[in-house]
Amino acid sequence: MTALALAAHRPAELRLPRVLAGISHYDVASLGDHEERYGPLPSWGQSGRRRPGRLIDVVDASGLTGRGGAGFPTGRKLRSVAAGPGASVVVANGAEGEPASCKDRLLLTRLPHLVLDGITLAAHAVRARSAYLCVHGQETELLGALADALAERRALDLDPVPIQLRGIPGRYVASEQSAIVQYLNGGPAKPTFSPPRPHQRGVRGRPTLVNNVETLAHLALIARFGDRWFRAAGLPSAPGTALATVSGAVRRPGVYEIELGTPAGQVVMMAGGPAERPAALLVGGYFGAWLPAGPGWPVPMCHAALKAAGGAMGAGIVVVLPVSSCGLAETARVIRYLAGQNAGQCGPCMFGLPALADAMADLAYQGGRGRAVERVATLAGLVDGRGACRHPDGAAQLVRSALRAFAADALRHDQRGPCPGAARAPLLPVPGAGGRDWA
Amino acid sequence: MNYELRVNPIACAGHGVCAELLPEIIELDPWGYPVVMSAGVPHGLVEHAKRAAAACPTLALLVEKINSEPPVTRRG
Repeated sequence: MTALALAAHRPAELRLPRVLAGISHYDVASLGDHEERYGPLPSWGQSGRRRPGRLIDVVDASGLTGRGGAGFPTGRKLRSVAAGPGASVVVANGAEGEPASCKDRLLLTRLPHLVLDGITLAAHAVRARSAYLCVHGQETELLGALADALAERRALDLDPVPIQLRGIPGRYVASEQSAIVQYLNGGPAKPTFSPPRPHQRGVRGRPTLVNNVETLAHLALIARFGDRWFRAAGLPSAPGTALATVSGAVRRPGVYEIELGTPAGQVVMMAGGPAERPAALLVGGYFGAWLPAGPGWPVPMCHAALKAAGGAMGAGIVVVLPVSSCGLAETARVIRYLAGQNAGQCGPCMFGLPALADAMADLAYQGGRGRAVERVATLAGLVDGRGACRHPDGAAQLVRSALRAFAADALRHDQRGPCPGAARAPLLPVPGAGGRDWA
Repeated sequence: MNYELRVNPIACAGHGVCAELLPEIIELDPWGYPVVMSAGVPHGLVEHAKRAAAACPTLALLVEKINSEPPVTRRG
C-alpha cells in the first residue's frame, strides 16, 4: 500500500462528515468503494496487542454512547456482555421505529459495510458465536440489498462470525431491545419484564449485545482511527458525531452528521434554516420533547443538556414546527399513534395511553371548558413509569413538554376552542396502525 | 433487611387483591391497576406485603430484598 493511500485512510482529525463520508447520492457503497476509503477491516485479535479486551478499552476511552436513543456507554455494554458466561450473541438493531427518523435506513441502504464491519468487530470484542442484523421485515428491498452485501463479504471471509439477517415486525415498540430478543427467541416482538436484561440473558439465554446500527458504524471507525480521533469531534462529556434527521419547516430536510453538543438551532441552520417562522422544535422524536423556538435554539444536542431541558436526545431527531401549525394538534396525533402502538401487555399503557390520547384530542380540537389541561397533566402522571418498557414514559414526557412549550396556547384552546393551526395539514409523520403483526 | 415492592406490569391483570391487602402502600388507578405509592416497604408492613404478594392471582406483585435504604420513588 502506498503512503498516499494510507493517508487517505486516515482522515484529518476534525473533518466532517465521518460516518457519512463515503456516501454517494445515487448508489450503495460497494465493498470495493468501502475498502478504498477506509482500508481493510482492522484485524483486532490477530496478535496479542490487539486482543478482544483491547478493542473494548479503546471504545471505552472513545466515550462512544448508543445512538439508538438511550445513550448508554457502548464500552461499558461491551464489557458487561464480554464478562458474561459462555459464548455471547450480537444483535445489530436497524429496525428504526421512530417515524421521524431515517438515519439508520440511510446507513443501511448506502453504507452497509460500515455497519457490517461494526458487527464483526463487536462480535470479536465480546467473543460472540452468532450475530444478527435486524431490520423491518416489510422492507424487502433493503433485506435484499443487505443479503447482497453479506454475500460480497462471505466470498472474502470477512466475517468470521456469520451475520444473519432478520426481518422484524414494524411496530413502534418491536424494536425495543427486549422485544427484539424475545422475537429472535421465537416469541412475539414485545418488550419483556426486566431484569433479566439482554446483556444478562438474551438470545437463547446467552449474554446479548444489542446495539443500534449507527453505534456500530462509529465503532467500525473507532477501531480504525482510535479513541483520540473520535474525541476530536463533539464535547469532552459527549464526544464524537451523531446522525440527525432534520425535518418539518426547514429548507433542506434530511440526515445530517453533527458534532455532539451542536446547538439545536445550528442543526436547523445546517438543514437550510427555517422555511417559515418557527414556533418550536421537536427534539429527540416521539419520546423526546418540544422546546419553544427561542429557548430551544441554543440547547446543545447531547443527552445531558436535552435531559436537563426536560427532553431526550433520542435518535437525533429535530423537527421544526412553524407558527402556522398547532403543536397541541401535532402532539394529539402522535399520542393517538403511540396509544395504538402499545403492545397490549401492561394495563396502565393499554388503558392509560388511549385515555391520554382522548384528553389530548379534546384539548387540541374541542376545547375543554377549562378542564382539559389538568386532565392531560393528570393522565400523563398516571401512565409515567408504569409499563414494562419506556413506551408510556416517553408519551408522558412528550405531553408534558407540549404543555410547557405551548402553555399559553393550551389555555386558549382549553377556554376558547382550537386555534386555526389545528386544522392545518399534519406535519409529523404518523404511520398507519400497521395491523396486528407481532410475529 | 429492607424490602421494595415492584409490580410486573405484564403479568398484572388488575385483580386488585394487593390494594385490598396493602392499602397503606397500594392504590388502584382508574382502570383497576395497582399504583405503588412508595416502593420501599416500611418495616411494620413487610409481613403484610409478603402476604399480598402471595395472594396475587397472577404473582405479579414482587417483594424484593434491597441492600440500601429505600430512596426509590419510581412507581411500579
